[in-house]
Amino acid sequence: MTVAQPDLYDAFAEEAATYGVELTRVDVSTGAVRETLAEVIEQPAVGAPLPWEDVSLPASVTTEPTPAELTEATTGVTAASFAVAEYGSVILAATPDGSEPASLFPDLHVFVLDAADIVPDMRATFERLGDQFRADRSSAILATGPSATADMGALVQGAHGPERVHGVVIDR
Amino acid sequence: MSSDSHEAQAAQIRELLRTEGAAVAENTRGFNQSRYDAVDGLDDYDALRQEARQIKEDAIERLPALIDELRETVEANGGEVYLADDAADANAYVAEVCADADADRLVKSKSMTSEEIEVNEHLDEQGVDVVETDLGEWVLQLADEAPSHIVAPAIHKSREGIAELFAERFDPDEPPETAEELTSFARQKLLEEIAGADVGMTGANFLTADTGTMALVTSEGNARKTVTVPDTHVAVAGVEKIVPTVEDLQPFVELIGRSGTGQDLTSYLSLLTPPMDSPTVDFDEPETPITEGEDDRSFHLVLIDNGRLSMREDDHLRETLYCIRCSACSNSCGNFQSVGGHAFGGETYSGGIAGGWEAGIEGLDTAAEFVDLCTGCSRCVDACPVEIDIPWINTVVRSRIQQGSEPEGIDTLVDGLTPDAETGGFDRQKRLFGNFETLATLGSAFAPVSNWLSNAGPVRAVLERVAGIDRRRDLPEFRRVTLVDWADRPGDPALAEATTTALAEATSDDSETPAGTSDDRSEATSDESGTHRRAVLYPDLYTNYWLQERGRAAVRVLEALGTDVVVPELPGTGRPPLSQGMIDTATEKARTLAGQLTPYIDAGYDVVVIEPSDLAMFREDYDHLLPAATADRLAADSYELLEYVFGLLENGADADPLASVDGETVAYHSHCQQRTMGLEAHSRAVLERCGYDVTTTEAECCGMAGSFGYKEQFYELSIDVGERVESELTAVEADHVVASGTSCVDQIEDLLPEQPRHPVELIDPEM
Repeated sequence: MTVAQPDLYDAFAEEAATYGVELTRVDVSTGAVRETLAEVIEQPAVGAPLPWEDVSLPASVTTEPTPAELTEATTGVTAASFAVAEYGSVILAATPDGSEPASLFPDLHVFVLDAADIVPDMRATFERLGDQFRADRSSAILATGPSATADMGALVQGAHGPERVHGVVIDR
Repeated sequence: MSSDSHEAQAAQIRELLRTEGAAVAENTRGFNQSRYDAVDGLDDYDALRQEARQIKEDAIERLPALIDELRETVEANGGEVYLADDAADANAYVAEVCADADADRLVKSKSMTSEEIEVNEHLDEQGVDVVETDLGEWVLQLADEAPSHIVAPAIHKSREGIAELFAERFDPDEPPETAEELTSFARQKLLEEIAGADVGMTGANFLTADTGTMALVTSEGNARKTVTVPDTHVAVAGVEKIVPTVEDLQPFVELIGRSGTGQDLTSYLSLLTPPMDSPTVDFDEPETPITEGEDDRSFHLVLIDNGRLSMREDDHLRETLYCIRCSACSNSCGNFQSVGGHAFGGETYSGGIAGGWEAGIEGLDTAAEFVDLCTGCSRCVDACPVEIDIPWINTVVRSRIQQGSEPEGIDTLVDGLTPDAETGGFDRQKRLFGNFETLATLGSAFAPVSNWLSNAGPVRAVLERVAGIDRRRDLPEFRRVTLVDWADRPGDPALAEATTTALAEATSDDSETPAGTSDDRSEATSDESGTHRRAVLYPDLYTNYWLQERGRAAVRVLEALGTDVVVPELPGTGRPPLSQGMIDTATEKARTLAGQLTPYIDAGYDVVVIEPSDLAMFREDYDHLLPAATADRLAADSYELLEYVFGLLENGADADPLASVDGETVAYHSHCQQRTMGLEAHSRAVLERCGYDVTTTEAECCGMAGSFGYKEQFYELSIDVGERVESELTAVEADHVVASGTSCVDQIEDLLPEQPRHPVELIDPEM
């Protein structure tokens, strides 16, 4: 399945929904991104700074958390580098400001995705990652839905990682 | 193998069927069904498989160069690479890393390779506390049990069993019971373990030589915590995990989850290029922001040879190195679905591909303990995302095991009946089944006396003791008048005489495909010139001496459709010896038969085959036994009977002479190898065209699989596998039960009140 650019969001949203991932779409120009995030977040919250100049985290989100704050947080807010429409997946970069632990320890992971950063399929995903890894030798997680296990006799969402995932998708 | 060891093996299987069978069956069959659903949703499944296969072929071909490239890349990234010759070498290095890190505790995410080298035991001896963090592996660590499945290691444990284990080990105030409670309990316990860990160990599903990136396919998030929290990361990975570039990961990522548990993707694919820029989480400093801690991560990649580089040089075991450890071959295997990896597995690996892994890594003795549980049914070949010919690997392993062992000694009963070409120590059970052709010829010549004798109590007792043939099975009733006798259509005597000269050509690699031989199956049965087709109906051993009704019906059906049919006297295909691992004997048979069949093909005859396991010889196995040109010709010009009928009808043959009905119901069990060749649909289509309402079974295999179900050590397992087919067939409450293969007929006959017929018998003009 290869999806045309204008339909990428819809395809992504549909696939993400199959994993129980809800999306909230918000236009940056309305200035409502922080407000939207504040609504989605359950306190206490930790996170890593967002990489866009015109979007920032609500003050209630603790960045640069301590280990204690990490384990006590209910929500972790981090940016997604990009998303894969065909699979409903997001790419979460492991950055020096602690995005990886913030997206991993809390029960609820809220990712923030720029709607322009959705690629159609895995081929496009690995082309992009190949260029990126060769250039900067970085690390990332391809995350699809919440963490899960079937090792305890039935499928359970929420194993070592988050049990819920919510996406805030921004438009410009 | 002696009768005593047969009994010991039977007892082990009986115990596993009782204790673990239900949980293993439910889980593996669930995975298998999910796999079918998941790959159905993939438009370019076969193209992805081919791409994945090519990447692996290429990577293994230039593995030494890729190892060098990866070493340079990882070192340039700031990590260290250690190429370990064997398990002891790897463990010594890991212990050194732990000592340098002053480590008291190492936390692990799931890694089969780490289990292969038994690093836990080694580190334990060095005073390092090793904790598995994958929930399934942790359960097994607590229970001190071995994994029963390469992806879902605790597949044999029930929820109730895990609840009891936790209650016993931790004595919690409120013992967790539901799957959610058990998961939450384990998560909390393991977070404490991870928080206090000094070293994190992972495996690697793939390693990219261009960037030094490792891919980890996980769902729980424990691997992420294992590498994020401590500052020292050790990854252990077999050398075969290296692929050239990041882009090469794509087909594997799309295939691995679907092929294994039937998920499009698992929750997390970690793509780590260590040492990472991500801060560590130092729980010793709980109030210090993680970004202010010391950022001095170290990374050690331990590449494991442990026999792999020798496997790479081995023409038959090399394919094993393409394995991506998805577990499709386990989940799609009828026997595995019944007993799991505790019976069908070696020191580390389990399922069909374990034959290759354990033979290459541990040695033939380890493989010998379980490799006979692969019946060669070939259902795993379709399921494998890198198209590994797993049954062939197991045939070779079986052959090597027998070649390397001592003969069991002279036994007049068996030796007189087994004129095979094998050297070395094939056991009596294998030799007797491998020489089925001789038995069938003699049994027919002396029928019905031979039948009375062979099924008489005292004879069965001897057969069980000497050759391990289970007395609970009925033996075939050989017919004195063979199909060839009955048909009396020997064909052109000149063709039979052409055999001698053709034999030399057939076994020479130089012989060319004759002009006019078409590889295109849809054209091959067409009749553009307006003349009739000419066909050799291959008189396989079973049809010729035993299940003759299907042979007679085949002659009548083909002739009713305007085909000239000959049924010449022809030798066996070599299937019985091949399935026992008697490759030399099978090759000799293949050569002889090819020599006698090629003159017919040269003269424009099609070869029509009733027994699917014999057709699979022509189409699949002869590729390993005969020169490519000969194998290709036989593969191109041979047809399954109903496939051929389908082709004739599609190309305009008049179906009126065939028997037809109005909506009678049919329960059809195709044959495992027939399904792998993609030929189930043809039988179904022909029956439907003749007015039948057909329901097909979904069980992967009937459990009989040639001689397997006759062997005393496997009888109960065979019946357990067969009961799935039985319940499917019974549920249909059909007017007719039909099956394509001889084994399936034998098995169903033992399980149902009626003997199933072959599909061709339902369209027989004389029905």
